[in-house]
Amino acid sequence: MNRIVVVGASAAGLAACETLRREGFEGTVTLIGAETRFPYDRPPLSKQLLAGAWDPSRLSLRSPAQIDALRLDARLGTTATGLSVADHTITLDTGPLAYDGLIIATGVRPRRLAGDQTHVLRTVEDALGLRERLGPGRRLAVVGAGFLGAEAAAVARGLGCGVVLFEPAPVPLAHAVGERVGRMLATVHEEHGVDLRTGVTVTSAEALDADEVLVAIGSQPNTEWLDGSGLRIDDGVVCDEYSAAAPDIYAAGDVARWRNPLFGVDMRVEHRTNATEQGMAAARNLLRPYARRPFAPVPYFWSDQYDLKLHAYGHLRAHDAVEIVDGSLEDRRFLAAYRRGDRLVGALAVGLPPKAVRPWRQAIADSALWKDVT
Amino acid sequence: MTAVRIEFDEPKCVAAGQCAMVAPDVFDQRDDDGVAVVLDDTPGPGQHEVVREAAAVCPAAAIHLIES
Repeated sequence: MNRIVVVGASAAGLAACETLRREGFEGTVTLIGAETRFPYDRPPLSKQLLAGAWDPSRLSLRSPAQIDALRLDARLGTTATGLSVADHTITLDTGPLAYDGLIIATGVRPRRLAGDQTHVLRTVEDALGLRERLGPGRRLAVVGAGFLGAEAAAVARGLGCGVVLFEPAPVPLAHAVGERVGRMLATVHEEHGVDLRTGVTVTSAEALDADEVLVAIGSQPNTEWLDGSGLRIDDGVVCDEYSAAAPDIYAAGDVARWRNPLFGVDMRVEHRTNATEQGMAAARNLLRPYARRPFAPVPYFWSDQYDLKLHAYGHLRAHDAVEIVDGSLEDRRFLAAYRRGDRLVGALAVGLPPKAVRPWRQAIADSALWKDVT
Repeated sequence: MTAVRIEFDEPKCVAAGQCAMVAPDVFDQRDDDGVAVVLDDTPGPGQHEVVREAAAVCPAAAIHLIES
């Protein structure tokens, strides 16, 4: 293998490049990035960057010296437009490029309302653009009370904005964390003066009574460039349990839908830590075709909302039941355990010491029986 | 022999605890807020590989290694 091409220069792509070098790959590593910046961190976009607490330079995931040490053939501001699996060639807006190994990490882009020009939050420019429009007396409407929308609402309140938060479901985040935890989070937002309007589906930003509108209704994988390539696309690049989409082709990060053998389900995970872990796994499996290892992580994400920090482990979305097994929702210091079938599949912790949470993460990794842990 | 020194940018830490999971002999977390604690900023050669892994997986890029 002489040339490995990594398409996508964010956390997953960076992790893939670093892992290739750490594992001793001495050939050419070409990194393609549509954005002109070197890899930067996205979670602070809806937190410290939007709050104005951090300068964008703090978001760089690696220093220039660390990037240099990777000896990359970096092509930023370059977009991939096509893939020919048979010819082992991708098409860039600058021309064709042959590869021996390919790692697809093209991420996602925000969904928008039809025909609207409102704010979204995915890039540094998005966050800075919204930041300069927020301040005391400004009114912000946030469409979608998922984690991104909820975090942005919290930051905007901290900046003195009036905030109205729209959510089509009866309880925000219920599909992700369950109704009781979702209700608790709704109460927290209302206590902080957010005008939360649940059961409301916003189809157009025009009718909203606000100075600025942030649309945070989820995202869609950047896979159009793979249409006609023969790779299976189904809300992401479909991969096996090794994160392989085809021989010599792997996918990682937000764009990858793979079979997580720990839960026995296909999942696509837009979490920060998954981007790194899957980028690493994809690079290792690509380099060692005869010693591949299934990618079987316990997904993890955190979310900052006001003074609460949420840590969630596992596959919460498909849960059958939730139980508070430590602390209480009223105290906002608790651990919620999530059951699917007869197994523990997830845990969500707020305000608990890490030592109290780690055994739960381990139990999820061990596919523990629900009756054994509750 | 390679020496590794750990520089930890504490204000960037998001308390994910990935480092303490990957390299529990070198990193721990504070009880009250989960922020990482470096137990040994010049770990021995036996820890170098897991420390590199910890730096790589840190979701806040808060762990820097000075290798000499």
